[in-house]
Amino acid sequence: MRWTLWIPLGLFVFFLGVAGYQLTQPKDDQIPSAMVEKALPEFELPAAVETMPGASRANFIGGKPKLLNIWASWCLPCIAEAKQLEVLEGQGVEIIGVAIRDKPEDVANFLERYGNPYTRIGKDDISSLMLEIGASGVPETYVIDAEGVIRYQHIGDIRLEHIPLLLEELKKAET
Amino acid sequence: MIAEIGLAALWLAAALAALQLFAGVLALRQNQDEDGELARLVRPAAMVQALLASLAFLMLMWCFAITDLSVKLVAANSHSLKPILYKVTGTWGNHEGSMLLWVAVMAMSGGLIGWLEKRLPVRTMQATLATQGFVALGFYAFLLLSSNPFERLPIPAPEGQGLNPLLQDIGLALHPPTLYIGYVGLSVAFSFAIGALLTRNVTPEFARVMRPWVLGAWVFLTLGITAGSYWAYYELGWGGWWFWDPVENASLMPWLAATALLHSTSVLAARDALRTWTIMLGVVAFSMSMLGTFLVRSGVLTSVHAFAVDPERGSFILALLAIYIGGSLAIFALRAGTVAEGKRFAMTSREGALVFNNVMLSAILGIVLLGTLYPLLTEAFDIRVSVGPPYFNPVSAIFAVPMFLVMAAGPLMRWREDKPARIQLELAIVGAIILGVLAVVAVLGDYSILAILGLALSAGLAIASFMPLRGRKLARVPLATWGMVLAHFGVAVSLFGMASESAFTTERLSAVTAGESQQVAGWNITLESVDPIAGPNWTAMEARVIAQRGKGEASVMVPQARNFWAPAQATSESALLTRWDGQLYAVIGDSAGVDANGNQRWQLRVWWKPFVTFIWYGGLLIALGGALAIIGRVSTDLKRRRAVLRGTEKRAEAEQLKMEKIDGYGTF
Repeated sequence: MRWTLWIPLGLFVFFLGVAGYQLTQPKDDQIPSAMVEKALPEFELPAAVETMPGASRANFIGGKPKLLNIWASWCLPCIAEAKQLEVLEGQGVEIIGVAIRDKPEDVANFLERYGNPYTRIGKDDISSLMLEIGASGVPETYVIDAEGVIRYQHIGDIRLEHIPLLLEELKKAET
Repeated sequence: MIAEIGLAALWLAAALAALQLFAGVLALRQNQDEDGELARLVRPAAMVQALLASLAFLMLMWCFAITDLSVKLVAANSHSLKPILYKVTGTWGNHEGSMLLWVAVMAMSGGLIGWLEKRLPVRTMQATLATQGFVALGFYAFLLLSSNPFERLPIPAPEGQGLNPLLQDIGLALHPPTLYIGYVGLSVAFSFAIGALLTRNVTPEFARVMRPWVLGAWVFLTLGITAGSYWAYYELGWGGWWFWDPVENASLMPWLAATALLHSTSVLAARDALRTWTIMLGVVAFSMSMLGTFLVRSGVLTSVHAFAVDPERGSFILALLAIYIGGSLAIFALRAGTVAEGKRFAMTSREGALVFNNVMLSAILGIVLLGTLYPLLTEAFDIRVSVGPPYFNPVSAIFAVPMFLVMAAGPLMRWREDKPARIQLELAIVGAIILGVLAVVAVLGDYSILAILGLALSAGLAIASFMPLRGRKLARVPLATWGMVLAHFGVAVSLFGMASESAFTTERLSAVTAGESQQVAGWNITLESVDPIAGPNWTAMEARVIAQRGKGEASVMVPQARNFWAPAQATSESALLTRWDGQLYAVIGDSAGVDANGNQRWQLRVWWKPFVTFIWYGGLLIALGGALAIIGRVSTDLKRRRAVLRGTEKRAEAEQLKMEKIDGYGTF
């Protein structure tokens, strides 16, 4: 028996060990936007539905920290997070929405079916804010402090377990 | 119903794979011949399994074609508004569907072997088909237990979730299936290798049986990589054609292993040497394709291709890897020592050159493997690194340069033993060409060392690849030799394209208003207009760019910056203008504000890439060479078999005559 013949198996077992260990490690592959800790870009968007005002950067200045929620009526995860947004609204959080590539009647429909946690909804037909703020998709939610600085970015839908996290980030943003 | 039929067919196919495995193993243990009680079941099991697996795949394709939103996979990956072509190609544009395509192709090749392959000894054949069943069983289990493509939703979705817009392209229709056929071909080679190893039957005959599968797999891998590279080139809009991304490497590594395997199989078939090495490469080649699948699907490495990442699946594939690769390497370690050594040969011979290049290819494979897995290793110590071109290019060149040199000389040498003096004229010509081009390019311009070496080597190799034809009657040169000549020439063509692209590309990025002109490498580029347009599921800013070369005819290019919805994603559609000596590549970027007169300005990026298309022409030539070699080899084998058959018949006839004569003596 030649021992050299066992070398490939040895190398493979080593690879198995490393790969197996890596698989058990929690993986953090969300890329935070480089915009966190930077000022919210200047924007002014018209109203997405007739019944509510549009949104601009000025709306975030002063008062308490607010949430900026980028969503769309055609996005399924946005339906899933609607309940959690209502809970946050119930806790006294002001949420300003920006609807991406949407039609007024679809937005109105969505709000009627899944609730309306927003104080304002801007209409972004060419994803301009999305690009400027470095959002990779919908939905995304940002914590903006009273000086208009982005303090925290949440990628994907807000689940139940994220609510305390967001409330804490909002509290941190007060200072 | 359609989805349920598909699922039922898949379960039945899995059951048949199990039958193929157990019948094969038991027949082998009981030393049954082809007509044994269990041995008789093995081939039909493989054939029926092929039908059932294809049926399952067709059923899934049907669900996608009619956008059956009650099927979870369709709802998650398709959209009713998508063009029908992309609905159908969407079948394999996701994890579950692509795995189903994999098993369907695998079952079809298993069925083909079971139906047609009758050259090998019975025992080797049983071991091969049992191995094939064993490999298939693992993939069926993976599909059925952890990624069922036919799963229904409790309530049908109102609308599909779309498809990654980057994947909405004709490139997708061709690229993954070609690669998969290549991977599966390697799994067949693997089954043959294990079958031969288990029955200690590593013979030239075995090599001849395995060779068409290796060649076929290699042709498809070549096509898949070529198509994938071109796709990335025009779809990503970065102007590059190879990024050393983990997923690209995952397709390159099996190709490198298959290239080495292909050449060592030829040595085994022609000279009965390199027995153990060929078996080893057979195992490694398939291991590389499984490893690639693991890296892509488990998400342990970050990549632009990671469209179906799931750690649970990762564990499943890792378990399959452990069983198949670990198991086969263990068998290799136990058995390879007992395989009798093949014939010996001198270092200066054709075998010697092939062995040298096999070692170089394996070294490059090792380098790519190390570079791909290195981030995985360092992450275990919490260091995040990314390994890119600065590592891969120079380090693989260290081995590629001597490989290309030997590749120019190898086909000119004789088998077994040769004197370099015999071919000194040819070597001198090739050497002179290489040095001449090297000197000219190095003097004329300030280019990177790798680009200069690439240009010189490609010139030498292009000439050298045709030298084996010298002094031979062209009409009588075997098809397989033509295949080799073409494939080697293709490597030279491709290498020339790569070197030329990296040495001579000129790039221009500027913010221009409509009507403004600029110059790129003899081209006059004018931005005529930028207008919004809308497609079925996207909107875009489309630029009309007029390109004119000197006083020549003006051509229109229309690059777009597209925005898809569902899911929202921005892509850039580059515009290409192909000339015989290169490509003009234009990308329109974001709006860049307004100029002093209030006119809108746009970012326009234009590259002139001389001879860049040769990269892919070369790839096609390589694949064509491989295809010619398959046709040549298979037809020669068939002819030989017919001749042998005729020989036996004649011998039998002669025997009969002799008997009659003897009988005749009796009567006289």
